[in-house]
Amino acid sequence: MRRANPVRQKLTALGLLGMPLLTYPLLALPEGHLADIPASYLYLFAVWAGLIALAALVAEQRGAK
Amino acid sequence: MAHKILIVDDEPNIVISLEFLLKKEGFEIAIAGDGDEALAQVAAFNPDLVLLDVMMPKKSGYEVCEILRLDPERAKLLILMLTAKGRDTEVAKGLAIGADAYMTKPFSTKELIAKVKSLLGVA
Amino acid sequence: MLSSWFVALLSAAYFALLFAVARFGDARADSGRSIISANVYALSLAVYCTSWTFFGSVGRATTGGLSFLTTYLGPTLMLLAAGVIIKMIRISKTYRITSIADFIASRYGKSQSLAGLVTVIAVVGVVPYIALQLKAIAASLDVLFAGSGHAEFFWGLDSAFLIVIVLALFTILFGTRHLDATERHEGMVAAIAVESVVKLVAFVAVGLFVTYGIFGGFSDLFAKAAASPELAQLLRPDPARAGNWTALLLLSALAIILLPRQFQIIVVENVDESHYRRAVWLFPLYLLLINLFVLPLAIGGLLDFNGQNVNPDTFVLTLPLAHGANALALLAFMGGLSAATGMIIVETIALSTMVCNDLAMPWLLRSRWLRTVRRQDLSGLLIGIRRAAIALILVLGYIYFRAAGEAYALVSIGLISQAAVAQFAPALFGGMYWKQGTQAGAVAGLSAGFAVWLYTLLLPSFAKSGWIGQEFVERGLFGWSWLQPQALFGLSGLDEITHCLWWSLLANIAAYLVVSLLTRPDAVAASQAERFVDIFRHSRVDADTRLWRGKTSSAALVGLLERFLGAARANQQLAAHAQARGLADWRELPADAAFVHFAEAELAGAIGSASARVMVASVAQEDDLGLEEVLDILDEATQVRAYSRELEMKQQALEAATAELRSANDRLRELDKMKDDFISTVTHELRTPLTSIRALSEMLHEDPEIEAADRTRFLSIIVNEAERLTRLINQILDMAKLESGRAEWATSEFDFGQLAREAMDSLYQLFREKNVALDYDVPEHGPLVLADRDRLMQVMINLLSNAVKFVAGDDGRVVVKVSAADGLARMAVTDNGPGLTAEECSVVFEKFRQGGNTMTDKPQGTGLGLPISRQIVEYFGGNLGVESQPGQGASFFFTVPLLAPEQ
Repeated sequence: MRRANPVRQKLTALGLLGMPLLTYPLLALPEGHLADIPASYLYLFAVWAGLIALAALVAEQRGAK
Repeated sequence: MAHKILIVDDEPNIVISLEFLLKKEGFEIAIAGDGDEALAQVAAFNPDLVLLDVMMPKKSGYEVCEILRLDPERAKLLILMLTAKGRDTEVAKGLAIGADAYMTKPFSTKELIAKVKSLLGVA
Repeated sequence: MLSSWFVALLSAAYFALLFAVARFGDARADSGRSIISANVYALSLAVYCTSWTFFGSVGRATTGGLSFLTTYLGPTLMLLAAGVIIKMIRISKTYRITSIADFIASRYGKSQSLAGLVTVIAVVGVVPYIALQLKAIAASLDVLFAGSGHAEFFWGLDSAFLIVIVLALFTILFGTRHLDATERHEGMVAAIAVESVVKLVAFVAVGLFVTYGIFGGFSDLFAKAAASPELAQLLRPDPARAGNWTALLLLSALAIILLPRQFQIIVVENVDESHYRRAVWLFPLYLLLINLFVLPLAIGGLLDFNGQNVNPDTFVLTLPLAHGANALALLAFMGGLSAATGMIIVETIALSTMVCNDLAMPWLLRSRWLRTVRRQDLSGLLIGIRRAAIALILVLGYIYFRAAGEAYALVSIGLISQAAVAQFAPALFGGMYWKQGTQAGAVAGLSAGFAVWLYTLLLPSFAKSGWIGQEFVERGLFGWSWLQPQALFGLSGLDEITHCLWWSLLANIAAYLVVSLLTRPDAVAASQAERFVDIFRHSRVDADTRLWRGKTSSAALVGLLERFLGAARANQQLAAHAQARGLADWRELPADAAFVHFAEAELAGAIGSASARVMVASVAQEDDLGLEEVLDILDEATQVRAYSRELEMKQQALEAATAELRSANDRLRELDKMKDDFISTVTHELRTPLTSIRALSEMLHEDPEIEAADRTRFLSIIVNEAERLTRLINQILDMAKLESGRAEWATSEFDFGQLAREAMDSLYQLFREKNVALDYDVPEHGPLVLADRDRLMQVMINLLSNAVKFVAGDDGRVVVKVSAADGLARMAVTDNGPGLTAEECSVVFEKFRQGGNTMTDKPQGTGLGLPISRQIVEYFGGNLGVESQPGQGASFFFTVPLLAPEQ
């Protein structure tokens, strides 16, 4: 391994970003409801989906290893 | 019957000197100033030998030589190439494409006459 | 009411489908056309979602709100640590590692005891989890047949046992096809991927039915929940549980790679590292989808069965049933069945490999019986052991399920299992990144962690099930309250899982670190540490051959391989190895270090690395490399690596320099060719006048009889040609001076228009002789320029004499125009001569490119006038150019900068 693999690094960075976003105290931040759906439920799934989308973007880019 | 020689060169002064020199030796002379004219003159004048300069407008001496050598009816036509470019590669090229002999300019008049005569087989 | 026969038939059909898929997958693998694509790999990872997910998540959500999500968010984050997982895959492939026990044992010196310890922890932690799957199947059948008691007998056997038999058959068929456990089970993986699709479709279908069929969508559901104070409480994130949340997240993050079945699927069954790129997002997406409806189902169930005593774990089945959607309930049952069977199949394969290689083999190798059958082919025996292990594990799971029933110890086993395998984390990750971790450290850490886990989690769960006394849980061991299993040292306020996780990991990590630092590894462990940690740097052969020294015979190694792999497989592998080393026949293989390592790796694939090492050692007189010696070699290897890196850098520098040199050389060669051409051209130009001079002089010299008229004519030619020669030589010298920058310049301020008039005056005679009209448009004064007056005069004269040379006599016409604009003085000389073609325009400034092309109008130029003029003009920052079209005349112009901007 001459250079750290850039795709792996980006993915790891994404994971590190996800950690504070998906734990307390940030988790307690969204309050109230949106169209009667609890904000925390929406928040969790939105962050989760965002991480997945970004991971897909990074992992599937052309020429990635 | 006198042998016929075609002088091909784009330098008028060289033509003048060659014409005078060869006429004095008793040859019948025609003149061409570039490659195209040379081919026309060969057809019209039907020379025994061509004194062919290499660096000429329109067609170079090499091109003229190649064209002449393609014509089977002129298999006996003798070609003596003259050039001011004296590099070995040019001599080799001239002989490779079918010239019978090669002389570099400036030439000795005696040597030129001797070469012409030996090519034509006159003593 | 659903007919039991119909359900049985449907289940049978489902199993038949799995068999068919697995059969197809294996057939394709055998023919070399693997069906394991990146998508199949990603889907097979979803074996993570067991019946505990399928049924249990809803139950967890009814009591813990969103906290069930931690079990799926953790894996999402863990998979993003792609570097770690790729490294695990690379190590396992390189050293033919077949299980997590093998991985850890191999890293710490191929230790049999460590492998055994890991296996024991895995079996103790995971077998109950298999039981839970059986219970889920039985429970779902119960629900389907409306609580007729799960003893739904066929041929005198209960349904769960029937399923155990079918699964045992499947697992034996598709899990032990090859002896070599690193040989992937592609058919099995394909079947698991199919199961993943089934359970996702089933769960989402039920979710949609409940959310949009029974209720009016998400908003309606949540609005109704908000109306109930208890449910509203459930939906609110509770910061007081932050610690639990984080712990559960960590737990699941570890479980996704440490659970034996996950290690099997992610690492052992990986066909191609690049598949991981798909899994890194597709598997989390799967998790997201399967969890989207968990909360709606939980709320829906609580609202719908308000007050009725319905187990929330069965909502997935009971909700459709209660609303008459029997077909959907059947689909949900199939989903649950696939979730349970998928888990059981893979877990059993993984555990059986570990039990066979790490518990049975070491015992077998020591037994006297084996020595008596020394020469016998043992491959059949090995497969037999592995099959027996599969049956044993399934039966153990069944017995546990039977014995535990509804006991707490079974119901809560999901997280308890995860906590058990989390104990592998320090030894595993430490081993991958920390060379100092020793075998003693790993054993100490694992033991400590496992002990804490037993004491704080498993035993209390037994107590809660009523199997052992509650005494020690309430009062602490020996009545010491600080030893209360679920409030160790008075730590309270956490749930039991979090409590166990923190204490067990603390004990585990502390023991691992402290003992590792206090002990030294043996030689094998030190070299394994190097290989694991630096897997991306080593070429394997390099390390292997350097770290083994000894004597053995090829025959003994071949015998060993034939014994454990079977003759056919051994020959096949030997042939492949020989071919890789460029030998036609494996019988020519020398008994060297490379061969020994090949043999050991092959054996490791079959019987695990620890047993493989023992077997190889039995036929090879290995020189015992001391630890110091190994460390020396490794140190040397490090140095060699440093050298080679340095060498590589130097080589790169050298290559760059070579490329530079080459291009410089090319440039020089180009210049040389240009120079050669130039000299050839100059020679030609010099020889041409010399030819006339020599020929005519010789004629005059040798023939005094030449007529006077001819004599005069010849002499005048000689004089002209001599002049031409002189001019040529002067211009060549001039050109050379300009080009080499050695020209002398006399710069002064002068009137550019005035200079133009002077130039025209000096050539007036020439124009008149040829009868060419010369018109001009030159201002009275100015413009003023700063330049070399004589040199510019030279340029002007050159342009003018060129013009007069090319126009026809009599009606020839040349126009000179001087102007100033944009800070430049400009002189244009326009003629009505023949003009130039575009090609001629571009070459006319090159040396020895003369205009004109017939004998008659052959100019007496040297072909250097324009190049010299251009040099001069450019020296003063101006420009020399031409505008022309054939037949339209030509306009040569040049510019030089003005002295100062015009007023």
